[in-house]
Amino acid sequence: MSKRVIDKTELPDLIGRLMESNRVYAPVRQNDMTSFKLLTAAEQADFNLSNTTLSPKSLMLPQSEWLFDFTLDKAKKETSFLSEIPHDYSPRFVFGIRPCDAKAFQLLDLNFHSPQYRDPWWVNRRQTTTLVGLGCNNPCTTCFCTSVGNGPFAADGLDVLITDLGDELLLEALTHKGFELLAQTGVGAEASAATLEAALAIHHRAKQAIKSEVPTERLKDRSLIDLFNADFWEEVQFACINCGVCTFVCPTCWCFDIQDEVSKNSGVRLRNWDACMFPLFTLHGSGHNPRAQKLQRVRQRFMHKLKYFVDKYDNGVACVGCGRCVQQCPVNIDIRWVFQLMNGLAD
Amino acid sequence: MENPYFPYPVRIDSVAVETEDRNLKTFKLVFEKPEHQGKFVHRAGQFAELSIAGKGEIPIGIASSPTEKGYLLFTVNKVGLVTTALHRMVAGDIIGVRGPLGNCYPWDKLEGMNVVIIGGGFAFTTLRASIVYMLHPGNRSRFGDITVIYGARTPGMLLYKEELTAWERRDDILVHITVDATDNPDWKYNVGFVPTITQEKAPSAKDSYVIVCGPPVMIKFTLPILSELGYPPERIIMSLEMRMKCGIGMCGRCNIGTEYVCKDGPVFTLAQLSQMVAEY
Repeated sequence: MSKRVIDKTELPDLIGRLMESNRVYAPVRQNDMTSFKLLTAAEQADFNLSNTTLSPKSLMLPQSEWLFDFTLDKAKKETSFLSEIPHDYSPRFVFGIRPCDAKAFQLLDLNFHSPQYRDPWWVNRRQTTTLVGLGCNNPCTTCFCTSVGNGPFAADGLDVLITDLGDELLLEALTHKGFELLAQTGVGAEASAATLEAALAIHHRAKQAIKSEVPTERLKDRSLIDLFNADFWEEVQFACINCGVCTFVCPTCWCFDIQDEVSKNSGVRLRNWDACMFPLFTLHGSGHNPRAQKLQRVRQRFMHKLKYFVDKYDNGVACVGCGRCVQQCPVNIDIRWVFQLMNGLAD
Repeated sequence: MENPYFPYPVRIDSVAVETEDRNLKTFKLVFEKPEHQGKFVHRAGQFAELSIAGKGEIPIGIASSPTEKGYLLFTVNKVGLVTTALHRMVAGDIIGVRGPLGNCYPWDKLEGMNVVIIGGGFAFTTLRASIVYMLHPGNRSRFGDITVIYGARTPGMLLYKEELTAWERRDDILVHITVDATDNPDWKYNVGFVPTITQEKAPSAKDSYVIVCGPPVMIKFTLPILSELGYPPERIIMSLEMRMKCGIGMCGRCNIGTEYVCKDGPVFTLAQLSQMVAEY
C-alpha cells in the first residue's frame, strides 16, 4: 500500500475526493505570481510550475493572523480580558509542495516547537497537515538544495513523495500520515519493480541537473566573532536597499511582530510577518537601536541563516536552497556568493 | 496545550509614583484568577510581558521578590505607547501578565557567597527583587555579606526610597546610596557617580559575585573598576534589555548572535558577553 502508481489524469479526481471533507491546498497561478492556495476546485491546482513565487510558509505561519480578541467595553464583566480566537484545525492536505519547502518546515519546528515552549498555532497546523510533495524533475538554475542537505526528491518532512513518470505518477508513502492517505483513498495500483527503477533514474537525473553548488563544510568551525567582524559585509550590503523581499519569499524566514488593533469597543491581538531588514524591528523605546545600520541588518540575516542557526541547533544551515531570494532580489545579492564568503572559499 | 502567548488577567491593586519627575511608577498587580497565581512562579532576575488590551505588550523586569506572596510589583518608566497607556491607568483597571520569562540571576551559584549589587537609575527593579529575596529570614543565612551600591541623578530620582532607608539601618546589609549631584543640605549619603563610589567603597572580590544593572555609561565605567578589584568575568553578572515581542525566543528580534535575550537571557555573565558578538 506504500507505493502506488496512478495515471496522471487521476490526480484531480483524487484531490476532488479529498476536498469533499477536507481542506486541500496546492500551487495556484494568479497572473505572474504563484503560491499555495486553498482550492475551491481541483482544476485550480497547477503542478506544471517550478518553485512557487511565494514559499508555502503561510500555510503554517499566516502572513497576518488574529490570535486573541477582547472587548474594551467597561460595562462588560470581561472587559480587557484576552481570549484565544478558535482556529480550524481539521485535517488539511497540501499537494505539490517541493522537498525544499517541506524541509523548511522541519527547520522551523526547531524554533516554534522547542523543549521549553510550543507555539500552539504552528504546532497544531503542523500536526493536522499532510504534505504530499512533488519532486523536481527539472530544477531551476537557481536551485542549490543538494549542497544544503536536501535534494530534488529528498523525503525529509514529506508524508508522501510524488514522482512524475511522464503519463503516470508514483506516490510513495513516507510517514504514518502518508500511509493513511494512500490507504484511505485506495488510489492506483501497486508499483512494479520496473516503475520504481524508472523513478530512481529520474531522481538521479534531477540531482545531476542541479549545477549550482555552495560550500558549507567550514561554517560550523569558523569563529563566530571573526565572521561577524569580517570585512566582506561591507561589500555584501553595499547595494542592498533593505526592501525585505528576500525575507518575504524565504521559506525559512519566520520573524514576526505582535500588534493590537482596535475598532470602536473591541479589538484583536494579531501577529504579522516581520523582517530583520527593517530598522523598526529592533528599535528600543529609548531610541537606541542595536541594528541601526544597514550593514548590521544585512549581516544579521546571513549570519542567522549560515552561522547562528548552525551553532545553536547543530542541524545545518537555515537555508534549503530554493533560490527564491536569488531570483527576487532587485539588486542581485546572491546568497550563494555569501555562502562562499562565509565558508571562506571565495576568490 | 498551554498557550505561552496568553496573558493572565491581573487587576491593578495600587499605583505608586516613585520619582520626582513622575516618570516612574510602581504597579502592584493581583491575579484575577487564583489558578493563574499558582502557575506564575518566578525567581529574582526574571521578567514578564505586561499586556494592555488594545495597546500591546512590554517586557518589564519583575520588581517583587518570590518571597512576597499574593501580588507582583513592576516599576515602569514612561517611554512609549504601552508604558504611557499604563501610566494613565488606575487601581481597579485590568491588564495582563505573561510569564515569568527569561532566566534569573544564578542563585545556585550565589549561595554561600558574598553578593555585591550595583545599580543605577531605574535599572534597580530586579535588583530590589534580589535584595528582598536575600534579606528574607528564610534566605539570609544562605548568603555571605550583602553590599549594595545604588545611585540616581538626584535624591528625588531614587526608587524605593523608604525601603532604601530601612535597609540602610540594618546590620545585615551594607547600603551605599549615592546621587550624581544635589543641592539639598540635608542629604546625608554619598555624592558621586556609581563608578566613583564603587572605587571608593571597594567591595572585596573575595568569594564574591557582583550584579551590575544600569545605564550603558555607568556599566562602561564600572566594569574596569570591578576588574581592578579582582572580580573575574565569570562573577560579574549583568542583565540586558532588547526590543521584544514574543518573550519566548520565537519572534526573532532580540538576538545577540546565537542568544535570544528573552529566553537565553536576559542575565549573562561578563565572561559570556565577551564570547558574544558586540551588537546590543
